[in-house]
Amino acid sequence: MDKLHLDQHISQQFNLELEEIRNKVLSMGGLVEQQVTNGLIALLEGDRDLGQSVSQSDYQVNALEVEIDEECTQVLARRQPAASDLRLIVTVIKVITDLERIGDEAEKLGRFSVELANPDETGKYRKELRHLGELVNDMLREALDAFARMDVDAALKVAARDGDVNREYSSLERLLATHLVEDPRQVSKLFKITWCARALERIGDHSVNICEYVVYLVKGRDIRHTSFDQIMKEFS
Amino acid sequence: MIHSMSTTTISDILTPPVHPTGLNGEEQMDTAFDDIKGTVGTQTVDDPKMSAHGVDVFYGDKQAIFDVSLDIGNNEVIAMIGPSGCGKSTFLRCLNRMNDTIPTCRVSGSMSLDGQDLYDPSLDPVLLRARVGMVFQKPNPFAKSIYDNVAYGPRIHGLAGNRAELDDIVTESLKRAGLFDEVKDRLDSPGTGLSGGQQQRLCIARTIAVSPEVILMDEPCSALDPIATARIEELIDELRQNYAIAIVTHSMQQAARVSQRTAYFHLGKLVEVDDTNSVFTNPQHELTENYITGRFG
Repeated sequence: MDKLHLDQHISQQFNLELEEIRNKVLSMGGLVEQQVTNGLIALLEGDRDLGQSVSQSDYQVNALEVEIDEECTQVLARRQPAASDLRLIVTVIKVITDLERIGDEAEKLGRFSVELANPDETGKYRKELRHLGELVNDMLREALDAFARMDVDAALKVAARDGDVNREYSSLERLLATHLVEDPRQVSKLFKITWCARALERIGDHSVNICEYVVYLVKGRDIRHTSFDQIMKEFS
Repeated sequence: MIHSMSTTTISDILTPPVHPTGLNGEEQMDTAFDDIKGTVGTQTVDDPKMSAHGVDVFYGDKQAIFDVSLDIGNNEVIAMIGPSGCGKSTFLRCLNRMNDTIPTCRVSGSMSLDGQDLYDPSLDPVLLRARVGMVFQKPNPFAKSIYDNVAYGPRIHGLAGNRAELDDIVTESLKRAGLFDEVKDRLDSPGTGLSGGQQQRLCIARTIAVSPEVILMDEPCSALDPIATARIEELIDELRQNYAIAIVTHSMQQAARVSQRTAYFHLGKLVEVDDTNSVFTNPQHELTENYITGRFG
């Protein structure tokens, strides 16, 4: 039962409601992904205007979260969904919470990029974030693809990359600490860059959460707080 | 968007559902029918009160139930769900030999109560029905007083030695059915004068008055409003402490609310039976999934 057949209900109206919820989650995902990408570009390129626009666009993500939440509540109250329909609604409610938090992290990137945009010494430090940024940006995109396609294998592949993110974050932390020792005058800016690294690492975590919900949606199995080896044993 | 919406025409909606009588959609029916191979889930329980094994039921030449094996456990409510004509009521009625009253009906396979064969020729079906009581879809009180409705069973089975004992049984049964307080001042008025929900609780009181061990319920709430339904469901939950209960229901929400196990029947076969929690969140058979989520089968 890997395909959820969302369009197969006897009630056409129910099909439409679920379809609309799903479409809105995908738009919200697209919007959040755009915010993260722009936030990252603003940070790496020192683009103040772009950073400004990212930090001021989060309201769109928040509005979608509220809207989708409301529609899910309506479906729960009026349709009393069961089985895969119930799992879809529960999954959506959780996915949009993580998406909204990713939106907050992106907003943070935008805000810090404005503060860090002066063409001074920090330019070279900012660029240290490129690798981590690209890694989590990929993870987010693939997590959203896995959700759109309800693809368990893809979801597990994304979840497997969380270790890479954590390693990259740790080494970045050490690197930034070294810079701090070498150049104590930049302390406040280096702290901001550390905060950006932290935001990116959190985006990776939220992407992994989304992938865990995809597995729950398709397989009906809750894999949160389960060791990765155990999960792979079960699903491979 | 990844998948397109299916286009349903008026004629799709008007096409009658596939029915096991084979009056329509013969070919389609055969495909679905052949797809059901055995039963998914756990059919047995550790401590069965009733047990069915390899049960086939025929009405004349027409087979209504195919090779159903299912245990009903002590102190549990098992819900039987499925589309109309799937055999769930037929199966329920076999459990206290109600089908004996239909001349063309033939039951094969084994069914037992506490290990005793239900279809043993030496077993008196009247005594069996005292041990395995039944509550029907429409409340059907006798055209007698409230008191006499409940006293009827104990009288014919000689369960009370004198009037005081009979009074006790009637009072106790009405109390356990949650009806006593509403009728205690008018036990002599006709049972048919009560509201639908009260009549159904009267029928439940009548059923439990003969101290059955199992209660079978065939859509007991389908004629009742939500408040009366909630009262009956609360009652079912209390009765579970002392009885084994099998309930046939068309309301999936009701099955989800009252039962510990759920059995899904389709075209005369038992497709899936498992813990109610798993059936309603993660059914294993596609037909179960389609039914409980309201999809095209």
